[in-house]
Amino acid sequence: MAIADRAPLLTIDGVSLRARLARAERSRKLKALGLILPLFLFVLITFLIPLGRMGYKSVVNEETFGRLDHTNQALSEWDGQSVPDEAAFAALAADLKAAQEQRQAGEIAKRINYEYAGAISKFKSITRTVSKMETGPYKEVFLEADKVWGDPRLWRTIRNASGHYTSYYWLSSIDLRHGAEGLESVPPDQAVFVDVYGRTFWIAGVVTVLTLILGFPVAYLLATQPAHRANLLMIFVMLPFWTSLLVRTTAWFVLLRSEGPLNDLAEMIVNQRFEMIFTRFGTIVAMTHIQLPFTLLPIYSVMKNIPPSHVRAARSLGAGPFHAFWKVYFPQTVPGIAAGCLLTFILCLGYYITPALVGGPRDQMVSYYVAYYMNNIINFGQAAALGAILLIITMVLYWAYNKLVGIDKMKLG
Amino acid sequence: MKPFNFRIDSKAELGSYKKVRHVEARANETFRRSSKVSAYREGVGLKRMSTSGSAFVNFIDVQKSYDGETLVVKDLNLPIRRGEFLTLLGPSGSGKTTTLMMLAGFEVPTHGRIELDGREINNVAPHKRNIGMVFQNYALFPHMTVEENLAFPLAVRKLSKADIDRKIENALAMVQLSQMRKRRPAQLSGGQQQRVALARALVFDPKLVLMDEPLGALDKQLREHMQLEIKHIHQSLGVTVVYVTHDQGEALTMSDRVAVFNDGAIQQLASPADLYEHPQNSFVAQFIGENNRLSGIVTELNGSHCRVKVGDAGEIRALPVGISNVGAKTTLSLRPERVRINPGDGACANQFEARVEELIYLGDHTRARVQVLGHANFVIKVPNSEGVPDLEPGSTIRIGWRAEDCRALDAF
Amino acid sequence: MDASDGAPSGLLKNMEVRVKQLLSLTVSALAVAAVFSVVDVPKAVAADQLTIVSWGGAYQESQRKAYYEPYMKETGVKIVEEEYDGELGKLKAMKEAGNVTWDVMDVDSGHALAGCDEGLLEELDYSKIGDKSKFLPGTALDCAVGTIAYSTIFAYNADVYKENPPTTLMDLFDTTKYPGKRGLLKKPFGNLEWALIADGVPAEKVYDVLSTPEGVDQAFKKLDTIKKDIVWWEAGAQPPELLANGEVVMTSAWNGRIGNAIKEGKNFKIVWDYQEFDWDYWVIPAGTKNVDLAYDFIKFASDPKQMSQQSKYIAYAPTHVDAIKLVDPAIAPTLPTYPDNMKTAITTDLVFWADNNEELTKRFNAWLAQ
Repeated sequence: MAIADRAPLLTIDGVSLRARLARAERSRKLKALGLILPLFLFVLITFLIPLGRMGYKSVVNEETFGRLDHTNQALSEWDGQSVPDEAAFAALAADLKAAQEQRQAGEIAKRINYEYAGAISKFKSITRTVSKMETGPYKEVFLEADKVWGDPRLWRTIRNASGHYTSYYWLSSIDLRHGAEGLESVPPDQAVFVDVYGRTFWIAGVVTVLTLILGFPVAYLLATQPAHRANLLMIFVMLPFWTSLLVRTTAWFVLLRSEGPLNDLAEMIVNQRFEMIFTRFGTIVAMTHIQLPFTLLPIYSVMKNIPPSHVRAARSLGAGPFHAFWKVYFPQTVPGIAAGCLLTFILCLGYYITPALVGGPRDQMVSYYVAYYMNNIINFGQAAALGAILLIITMVLYWAYNKLVGIDKMKLG
Repeated sequence: MKPFNFRIDSKAELGSYKKVRHVEARANETFRRSSKVSAYREGVGLKRMSTSGSAFVNFIDVQKSYDGETLVVKDLNLPIRRGEFLTLLGPSGSGKTTTLMMLAGFEVPTHGRIELDGREINNVAPHKRNIGMVFQNYALFPHMTVEENLAFPLAVRKLSKADIDRKIENALAMVQLSQMRKRRPAQLSGGQQQRVALARALVFDPKLVLMDEPLGALDKQLREHMQLEIKHIHQSLGVTVVYVTHDQGEALTMSDRVAVFNDGAIQQLASPADLYEHPQNSFVAQFIGENNRLSGIVTELNGSHCRVKVGDAGEIRALPVGISNVGAKTTLSLRPERVRINPGDGACANQFEARVEELIYLGDHTRARVQVLGHANFVIKVPNSEGVPDLEPGSTIRIGWRAEDCRALDAF
Repeated sequence: MDASDGAPSGLLKNMEVRVKQLLSLTVSALAVAAVFSVVDVPKAVAADQLTIVSWGGAYQESQRKAYYEPYMKETGVKIVEEEYDGELGKLKAMKEAGNVTWDVMDVDSGHALAGCDEGLLEELDYSKIGDKSKFLPGTALDCAVGTIAYSTIFAYNADVYKENPPTTLMDLFDTTKYPGKRGLLKKPFGNLEWALIADGVPAEKVYDVLSTPEGVDQAFKKLDTIKKDIVWWEAGAQPPELLANGEVVMTSAWNGRIGNAIKEGKNFKIVWDYQEFDWDYWVIPAGTKNVDLAYDFIKFASDPKQMSQQSKYIAYAPTHVDAIKLVDPAIAPTLPTYPDNMKTAITTDLVFWADNNEELTKRFNAWLAQ
């Protein structure tokens, strides 16, 4: 503003009008900030920071970083193809001895074992051996203990794992790994996750489409009925919505069982029982039921705001009932459809309990594997990377969706 | 009321034609854009209005009930002439909108027939009736541009692209919105939206246009402006318009004839002047314009005159309209502007002493509230012109009115 | 809970089992959230309160009767029970959050070793427990002391196979002779061994074969032959319920769970052929604030007299040599340690599984998804 060619406007007492305005605005802004501060802190503490830590865990060598410093240094000049020299063995021995004293050797072995199956027992026995040794040379001792110590792949794994950060978890989450010549696919019998992601998005997509197909006519009916009848129907729609997810899922578990009421009915009618529990069919049915209100309600509230006179106008202008619906009514529901479907799709991506209860092993979605790696394998890095990738894909989809449909056109009600 | 039975009458046709020419000429003076309307008419190839003797639209013994218990429309008989501007006027719930919706095809008559151009349309779907309609809140399609809104009825009718374009251009020129083709309804003002709705209802050249309180959402000034514009367009195009409103001023301004609805039935069907000057019952008298009401009992009935006793104060000479016998209760209806102050002896059949209670200055006239014959809310309109005596609140004056101006109607 | 009255209650129980299991997973998900979060949810812990985590169902019930209730009665300490399905991840999450709320855990042998290696478990001071030499070989570990001997067997519904019932492990893999759904644990652990044995690999060669890629292929190929008939279970309480409500006709299970269902009147039969023999252990999570009380409880539970009680409530054998002598001879035939039951028994190779669990689990999951 220094070189503004107009003199700044002043208030009556000579202060710059702009400064005055800024001061007047500042207190208002502070008040507004004060109002959002609690929510901001809440989101920061319960959401953003954990998300950040999740991202961090998916790239950090938590079990090994700082514990294999000597080895890391000794391997810095190594060509990666031959058996390393004595210095590297001595450094690893020193690191393992130190780790053993801190009870950290097991964690190191576990980390190496992620990438080099069988490492746990080798590390355990060599740690025991070197702990008893005062001095080297170590190379022969290692090689004598087990021939794996002469495998450059093991040493590459150790080198990669001794740094601060690793791409292992991320690569592993998309069925890739570092091979001798750069990135390569993991063997087909180890390739799980691309399939799991594909399945997750497929199930979420199918459920979204089904909820739309089932929900749209109901929403239309609700929006066009007189209030007293619509309210009653609405209660039927909302009833499951008010029931806990777990209760609804277990209800489906009971219904779909091979000895369950649906199958009893099927046996009575067609004299046959169908496999419904622990199947993709069961998963999709249960999820569709649970998600129906999420898709339906935004559509309903958008429909509710479309004046009946629009269709009437179209009819009076010469359009038949279907034409009027398709050209005039339907396009106006698109924002509701967009909102409902996006909501359902994104919620479906995170489904865990329902597939776990009524699905089979081929119907488990990404969250199942996040929990699985967390709880059973105790590989937090893998769990974090799986979660992070799901988050990123979801955000990319959201972005693409925004480009295509336009989030500003979306209406939740 | 029985259905009218018009025969084709060349004289009547000629008369109507002359009348149209006349009003059009007047409109040309009044409206700058009349040339555009004419151009539009020529453009769409509309023939000058021709009135046939028979009713263009006819409601015959129509009844409508939604719940099977109460009638929303009771025994409706309403012939609408080709090319006329007919307004259905009434308070809400009077059945006027239901009548319009039955004509549009959105409601089905419970009983009776509706004829359009001699053909029964009870079972014709709305989109096959070829009736243009303007809705209360315009009902413009928000996801389409102005142009697309207008193209909608034309595309449905499978017109060629060039025809569609030409018709849109003409219709938009008529409502002066040629610049707005690419806008969306949300980007237009209320008045502009109203015009687009009008253009859309007319663009496919319907012979009949229905308007359901189309100006209700506009502010007063814009509304009055649009009233004239719609009237002008009607006169120029010669379409038949059925217009629903609860605003009597609007009805009087625009209509050739007005059907006053109340309680599911037509109370009176007449020209605006007739309605105002000669209300047939006290509802119409009360609903149309301002009106002093005096209740009384008929003491003498004698062809074109009667006497009515109002309270203990006196007797009034009046014109019998809705009374049948001596001793009946009646409501006297008297327009405020028909009351004279200090009438000369013999000038008025009715003359009384009145006390001025309140004066309200309204520019062109002054409203005086006076007490007369025990009625405290008797209103007189005093024109703001020379030769009218000054009034003082609290003063006593002499007022009078003619027997012909005081209508003895049914008891209210 | 009384499950003796047939299918409906069985159904509900099975549901309950799965729901509980999922709830526990949900809780662990929350624990996971706690790891990634920086906030500790403060939890007041009374000094005379001990939180013990075990495997739920009939097993935990037997522990309640044999240990928890007597211990509470004797010491006045309040024992808070929690259930899990071997998710040690929860413990790691708690440790990282610096708020370990579990004081004593019952773990299987794999977790006993891995948990020790990874520093999740307290190294035990046997002077606070009892004579280390009195425990059976392999049950007094650095971080874990044995509590029971159990085995993974398979059981069938005897109502379904009245004549010519299954008797060998081969029958579990023979869907022609014994059609119907089979329940198996949803892990490679144990299943791959059985698959190889059923495919003709001698028991003592199983791990040699499994250490080669071809051996793993062979095991999965064998599993392929019954894959479409498998219902996978994840919690120990599920198999008896799957059997009871007819979802499966035979299932792998932990022998005590089936034993209790039989005691409750179910017409189930156990096939001991190639039972997979294993131990369960008491451990103290590293980082608990109640270490002394935890030792006190483990000492109480490892006392021969007390330990011998548990076999009354579930068909698992004690690990303390003196306790074995105190077990009622009448129930001996139901225990995995009974000589007749041990004829073809195999023991799982924990070192093999420590090395290969991650990779084989991935392979297993990939195979499941095919």
